[in-house]
Amino acid sequence: MTRVRRWLPGLLLVSPSIIAIAVFVYGMLGWNFKVALTDQHDEISAGSFVGLENFTGIWSEERWGLSVRHAIVFTVVFVAGALVLGWFLAFLMEKGIRGEGGFRAIYLFPMAVSFIATGVVWRWLLNSGTGERAVGLNGLFGYLGLDFLQWGWFRDQDWGMAAMALPAVWQMSGYVMALFLAGFRGVPEELRESARVDGCTEWQVYRHIVLPFLRPVTLAALIILGHISLKVFDLIVAVSGKQIITDVPAIFMWTAVFDSHDPAKGATIAAYIVLSVCVFVVPYLIWNARRGDRT
Amino acid sequence: MTTKHVRFALLLLFVLLFLLPVYVLLVTSFKPLSEADPSQAWNLPRVWTTEAWGVAWEKLQPGIVNSFLLAVPGSLISAALGAMNGYVLSKWRFPGSELVFTLFLFGMFVPYQGVMIPLVQLMVNLGVYGGIPGLVLAHVVYGIPICTLIFRNYYVTIPDELIEASRVDGAGMLRTFASIVLPVSGPAFAVVIIWQFTSMWNDFLFAIFLTGPSSWPTTVMLNNIAGAQTVPYSQQMAAAILASIPTMIIYVLLGRFFMRGLMAGALKG
Repeated sequence: MTRVRRWLPGLLLVSPSIIAIAVFVYGMLGWNFKVALTDQHDEISAGSFVGLENFTGIWSEERWGLSVRHAIVFTVVFVAGALVLGWFLAFLMEKGIRGEGGFRAIYLFPMAVSFIATGVVWRWLLNSGTGERAVGLNGLFGYLGLDFLQWGWFRDQDWGMAAMALPAVWQMSGYVMALFLAGFRGVPEELRESARVDGCTEWQVYRHIVLPFLRPVTLAALIILGHISLKVFDLIVAVSGKQIITDVPAIFMWTAVFDSHDPAKGATIAAYIVLSVCVFVVPYLIWNARRGDRT
Repeated sequence: MTTKHVRFALLLLFVLLFLLPVYVLLVTSFKPLSEADPSQAWNLPRVWTTEAWGVAWEKLQPGIVNSFLLAVPGSLISAALGAMNGYVLSKWRFPGSELVFTLFLFGMFVPYQGVMIPLVQLMVNLGVYGGIPGLVLAHVVYGIPICTLIFRNYYVTIPDELIEASRVDGAGMLRTFASIVLPVSGPAFAVVIIWQFTSMWNDFLFAIFLTGPSSWPTTVMLNNIAGAQTVPYSQQMAAAILASIPTMIIYVLLGRFFMRGLMAGALKG
């Protein structure tokens, strides 16, 4: 009894949040799946259970295939780009540099601004006009005599989504830099020093001492960038709106709900977005919880 | 040229690249209508004027008011909930509290698209659809995981002996919280309030799904201004800067705390 009195107040204090999370996160996810399993293709009918029909049927739609392809291209370019650039900036700064605070502030500030605001300028920077009609970055390449670099950016039929990843890399690489910088600083200087005394080259020190320390940070950065990427929405709305050429599942879902008024289809796309995020977030959370138990 | 100089030069080069969009935003916003043309966007204004800023302010002002009505109460409620949860989950644990924490954390990663259709339905049923209170509710609820995480990670650093001593003295959970924990919670409150304020201010997804025209926050209004073909470039860019000013001020003044919120997002628990 005394034991119960010891922990019960804590449970009571957290219970509003537990209920809220149970209802709004897990309950709504379940509800969404339920809608996705029905044929409720308008807003009036109740819809009846059709099993996985929506989940399989959507693959025969050309638009869905395109949006999945776009999301994959975007994810690969964005995650790789932000990781490499963030790592490189941290690598340049890790040994201490004059004005470090200033550099950090500038690389990080895009994080504080919304994609909707930065999209205003990126839409113009990534303008697809070339040659005489070149403006934005293409125009800048023109001034610099680098005309051969001009291309259609996000309007490019095949690789437009790679251009769309550019603003996202700009926005997020400062964050990755901060993560890596913390990782670099976590390496005890004595370890590096003793490896040098043992005759290791700087590269070997980096490869065998520093790199293992960066692994957890790299994993965390991958998870964070990956889950941002799979649900990317604001950026695309701001830069290109609802154009098919930059369609991704999140935009498709939005138009399914508001333009086609098709809850079942919207819920199906939403479920796919959730599943794609779960594939790597769930193992990460389990790994994280186990690690927490050990320490 | 030592490697140090090379590193410094490279960092400077990246600063230029990072500031490129800012340059275009700033110079375009100070141009008169006649110069606010894409073909001249790299040039400095020949005539400097703040006329675009005036128009942008007029168009954006209702959204800015709505955003404050959303983000100020929202971030305060979030902080209060986060502090209670973080305290219990680190210092007043109950059986299964670790599991609860992990289940909370998943909520941090859940793509909001996955809850949006039922959420809209629920808000309609509750009669809060379309207004700011509903939007505050959504942000507060889905902000619980990150706020709990930040407070929990912060409270873990308070020595258990302090809590235990207070318990031995006969103080209960809330008494211990008020006398031992709360007085040292300042930094964690700062981190959470800044983090939540920024994400509520910058949110677009919840806003577009859950609010109607009279409650549109800044981001939705800005997107409408920027999406309209008829609005001159100078006004679009001035509006984009105006919409970013509150979070930029926070970032400049309290960047330290902003950073800590970012790091908490990496689950360093």
